[in-house]
Amino acid sequence: MSNKIKPVFVQGNHACVLGALKAGCRFFAGYPITPSSEIAEILAIELPKIGGRFIQMEDEIAAMGAVIGASLTGMKALTATSGPGFSLKQENIGYAVMTEVPCVIVNVQRGGMSTGLPTQSAQGDVLQSRWGTHGDHEIIVLTPSTIPEIYRLTIRAFNLAEKYRTPVILLLDEIIGHMREVLVEYDDADVERIERVRPDCPPDQYLPFKPDETDIPPMADFGSGYRYHVTGLCHDETGFPTNDPVKIDKMMQRLNRKISRYTDDIVEYQLDGNSDAPVLLMAYGSSARSARQALRIGDERGISMSLFQPLTIWPFPETAFQAAAAGKKKIIVVEANAGQMKREIERLVNRDIQVQLIGSLNGEPIHPEKILLAAGEVG
Amino acid sequence: MRYEVRLSGAGGQGMILAGVILAEAAAIYDDKNATQSQSYGPEARGGASKSEVIISDEDIFYPKATNIDLLLALTQEACQKYVGDLKPDGILVIDEDLVQTIPDGTFSVFRVPITKIAQEKVGKVIVANIVALGVIVGLSKVVSETAIESAVLARVPRGTEDLNRKALRAGFEAVKDLSK
Repeated sequence: MSNKIKPVFVQGNHACVLGALKAGCRFFAGYPITPSSEIAEILAIELPKIGGRFIQMEDEIAAMGAVIGASLTGMKALTATSGPGFSLKQENIGYAVMTEVPCVIVNVQRGGMSTGLPTQSAQGDVLQSRWGTHGDHEIIVLTPSTIPEIYRLTIRAFNLAEKYRTPVILLLDEIIGHMREVLVEYDDADVERIERVRPDCPPDQYLPFKPDETDIPPMADFGSGYRYHVTGLCHDETGFPTNDPVKIDKMMQRLNRKISRYTDDIVEYQLDGNSDAPVLLMAYGSSARSARQALRIGDERGISMSLFQPLTIWPFPETAFQAAAAGKKKIIVVEANAGQMKREIERLVNRDIQVQLIGSLNGEPIHPEKILLAAGEVG
Repeated sequence: MRYEVRLSGAGGQGMILAGVILAEAAAIYDDKNATQSQSYGPEARGGASKSEVIISDEDIFYPKATNIDLLLALTQEACQKYVGDLKPDGILVIDEDLVQTIPDGTFSVFRVPITKIAQEKVGKVIVANIVALGVIVGLSKVVSETAIESAVLARVPRGTEDLNRKALRAGFEAVKDLSK
């Protein structure tokens, strides 16, 4: 068991690499950018040692394209970036959604629009991770807050990508990407590794986008004898473009349904603190660390709170959140942005409940005392 | 109990590595909880640089130092910039040759010629950060001397173990009659 595995003291970005390798990732394409560069740097050293491939592309757009190509050949593929690079990847992320290509995109968020604050933190890409690429689509986005969580959720990101044939975004931020904590890696025997379902029919009978009852079509590896067409245009079961509204509707509805019908399997969250408290905190990523600290100090000072922390932020764990929010006087949304999730929370809860933002735009982590001050205002 | 250490200086003085080693001493060799984080600007060298280590018996959630027990300052700029969060009964360690003006406060001040010790007693200025670790552990006892030595030796490049051990011990030596 895991007692023979020595603990290591590593950065969040390093934990992401260890999780990716543990999940079976054997391909990385990227373009270095602070604060994500350590992911590329470490994989450039580690992947060749185990027969994997690392390629630094000319830019983030090409890197995303290379990841899609690698995945089409059957490899588990990863790219990592930060704000400006994440913007560039959006079109190809949409291509991966449309063509149902499993892959993992890490965004270690930094401050500001444009080149902004390269070495400081923010959570300003939460809505971009949901709606950054055009068109009506579903997407899976995970938001860990500790180094062991980054490791575990990186593995989970690959598993979800393979299971649902979709890009999965792992949304980190500079604080947890760069801070160090102890990590104990998993024993190989304890790791669940999911592989995409591959076709069992002969190549000449393969219809690449014909789903079975799961809504997720089996996926053949390029080069394995199954020849098929892949396009970002709306297509039918053969993979070739179509303008037939019936076929288009069928495909588009299925692409959304193949995520939404599995929401219960995909969502993950943690609920802590006193469930009878009048105040509920909602926080994710590094802001969840500020919220947990506030929860602990609040206990000592007699300020009673509970905390809802989504680990899957998209699809948002709506049902669980609504249950946690019922009967509260106030919900405090703690996030390092101008209130991106606050609006989502307002949409989900009864209008009698006050929703307050404790946000930050200055690159610094959110101080727990700010949360306590807001919580203390409730009698 | 939460113990907060901030190591500060200019980019290139090895403060981030020193913080990693101190935290590793606590988390891997002393079986405590520890986090290390850092803050630096976009420039590769120069500019104020800080590395923060939180050591605790409890889980550590908030990873930044806000109520500092020990501040190390290797430049005047870092000393001015970062002293504000030092506890009234905290410890300020300065390199006496690099920090001339000591900020006012009720904290204890330890003036140690850290860089000079590295240069003259150990023989290489580059190990000033390891001398500083010896000073910090000698004064605060926040990790054991065995733990910090194991952590230093595990992190430094192969072939430099003796040099770094010597640097660490020179740091212990410099404050052995000063520590509480």
